[in-house]
Amino acid sequence: MVGLVNLKPSFWDKQERVSAPGASEYLFNYRRIWRLSILLTGVVALVPLIFITLVDYNFTEHAMVSEYLLRTSRTVSNTRRAISFFLTERRSALDFIVHDNGSEELSSPDRLSAILENLKRSFGGGFVDLGLVDAAGKQKTYVGPYGLKDKDYSGQPWFEQVIDRSVYTSDVFLGYRNVPHLVIAVKQSLPDGAFDVLRASIAIEPFEDLLSNLELGGLGDAFIINQKGILQTNSHYHGRVLEKIPLPVPEFSDKTQVFEGENPAGEALFIGYRFIEDTPFILMIVKKKSELMKQWYKTRLELIIFLLVSVSFILAVIIGTVTFMVNKVYAADERRLMALHQMEYSNKMASIGRMAASVAHEINNPLAIINEKAGLIKDIFTIKKEYADDPKLHSQLDSILNSVKRAGKITKRLLTFARNLEATIEPVHLGETIDEVLSFLNKEAEYRSLGIQVDVPADIPMIESDRGKLEQIFLNIINNAFAAMCDGGHLSIQVNRADADAVEVRIRDDGCGIAREDLQRIFEPFFSTKTGQGGTGLGLSITYNLTHEIGGQISVASEIGKGTCFTITLPLKTQPKEGADACACYS
Amino acid sequence: MRVLLVDDEEELVSTLGERLVLRDIEAEWFTSGSAALQRVESGCFDLAILDMKMPKIGGLELREELLAKCPDMKFIFLTGYGSEKDFTSAMAHGNSAVYLVKPVDIELLLDKMQTLLNTSRGDV
Repeated sequence: MVGLVNLKPSFWDKQERVSAPGASEYLFNYRRIWRLSILLTGVVALVPLIFITLVDYNFTEHAMVSEYLLRTSRTVSNTRRAISFFLTERRSALDFIVHDNGSEELSSPDRLSAILENLKRSFGGGFVDLGLVDAAGKQKTYVGPYGLKDKDYSGQPWFEQVIDRSVYTSDVFLGYRNVPHLVIAVKQSLPDGAFDVLRASIAIEPFEDLLSNLELGGLGDAFIINQKGILQTNSHYHGRVLEKIPLPVPEFSDKTQVFEGENPAGEALFIGYRFIEDTPFILMIVKKKSELMKQWYKTRLELIIFLLVSVSFILAVIIGTVTFMVNKVYAADERRLMALHQMEYSNKMASIGRMAASVAHEINNPLAIINEKAGLIKDIFTIKKEYADDPKLHSQLDSILNSVKRAGKITKRLLTFARNLEATIEPVHLGETIDEVLSFLNKEAEYRSLGIQVDVPADIPMIESDRGKLEQIFLNIINNAFAAMCDGGHLSIQVNRADADAVEVRIRDDGCGIAREDLQRIFEPFFSTKTGQGGTGLGLSITYNLTHEIGGQISVASEIGKGTCFTITLPLKTQPKEGADACACYS
Repeated sequence: MRVLLVDDEEELVSTLGERLVLRDIEAEWFTSGSAALQRVESGCFDLAILDMKMPKIGGLELREELLAKCPDMKFIFLTGYGSEKDFTSAMAHGNSAVYLVKPVDIELLLDKMQTLLNTSRGDV
């Protein structure tokens, strides 16, 4: 909290103090300027940065997604070609056998067995068995490992389909052997209008080998389904053969399709598929988007961190610069304000001086007449001896003359005060100056029983300074001390030699004291603890400036309830300021 | 000692004049510079006590004109405006002038008069 208070710029609290508009008003609402500058600069600096970053981010992400979709599409196409070729090859072989052999030949188990052997040798994997089924659906000849001779296929879907289409590739099913396989059946038309069907069982292992050899990445899964969504091969992540896949069956398309979808768990997927011509099969390749994009997400995190660091740095620079500039403006404004107040104060003092001089002059003339008249009466009494022996008359006259003298002293003091308002550097006796200031306040001190003790050692030299300013400084501080003290208080003024080139004046009172938190701000313009009691908050600020104008320093120490001590250090010689006397033409 | 008093305050100048006469000083008083100049036509004074501020002819101006006629004349200026410290301006006129602020103590005035006249005689 203390750290934050220290970081707070000096202008921060300066906006609410303004009361009446005019010369004594700050020109700006600094906090508002500060906020506005940061906002505008921040928007101008950060919006393009963030915008470009977002555009670039989206563009790159989009490019990466497109790239992955394209790769998937390519893999689907290539794999489809391989599967399609595999099936077409086998279908063509069977078609050739049907046309190359008559019904009697194919009905011969030996011949059929030889053909199966040849097929296995020529085509490698895939062919499991061969059978010849008659038009009633009964398998009249069978060669293979399962002993399926005389099995009735009349009720099976593939048998019905082959009657219609002549050549048919079935879905994968279990059949009598209870092993997943598919059937390629070719119809052989006989001369008497009847027909036989050559049926070959194909194992699914060749497909699975083909699919499992694909390098997919991203936890990719390649499998084949039929148009009802039933798996025709085992899959890594989407179920076993003949199970239903947990994904919707894609819409028919005669081209390779890729799209973004999601699985029932809500994970984003890249899905590619292709309907394989002349078969019930759909080849599907499914990849997890999050796995594929892993590298991109890492880059994205780095990008976000870089962006945040950049934004923080830019903001820090903006805030620092704006704070510095607004502080400068505030300092300039405060100097202007202080100068205005100083001017106002000087004008006020000049007016007071002119009025004092005018009053003194006007009073001096009648006072001189009273003086001369009383003097003349006294002269007559004294010189002509007529009333020389009347002590009562003499004492009355002396009283009049003494009163005139007293009044004369007051008017002379007023005139001296007015004259001292001119800025002139002259030899000043500090003791006399303090006495002169106190002479204005003696009556008040007397009424309030304030004890005043002045100690000016004899070895204190005359200083060269501005008497008028010194009087104002002492008057302001002593006035404050009077205000702080209760009746019967004590004021002590002590002059000491500070060093070879300076003297110090300590003005100490035993008044109410100043709170520690106020002590630091006591010389600031407009700071007043007497708000609402006629305090302008300018007295000590002006005193501070006056002290600096004559080359001095002022400091304050105070304790609540015990009193306050102002220490004014004054140089023995004050350098006159250039142009300071330009207006000192008062007479 | 012949003394010329000029002040636009009739009451002041006449009373001060009388006080000087009572002390056997040949004093004549006038309430304007022009009347004083007219009087000087018929003979000079040793010393003039002049008010600084008077209508038409002020104290310093009157001094110049009086000096033109009576070069040995000494001057004391009285004013209700300022203090003895403003004497610096009067000091520009050398030892032949003294500056006093009203109300003036008669003894101080007599003392200054005496000092001025002694200076003129080369006593100081």
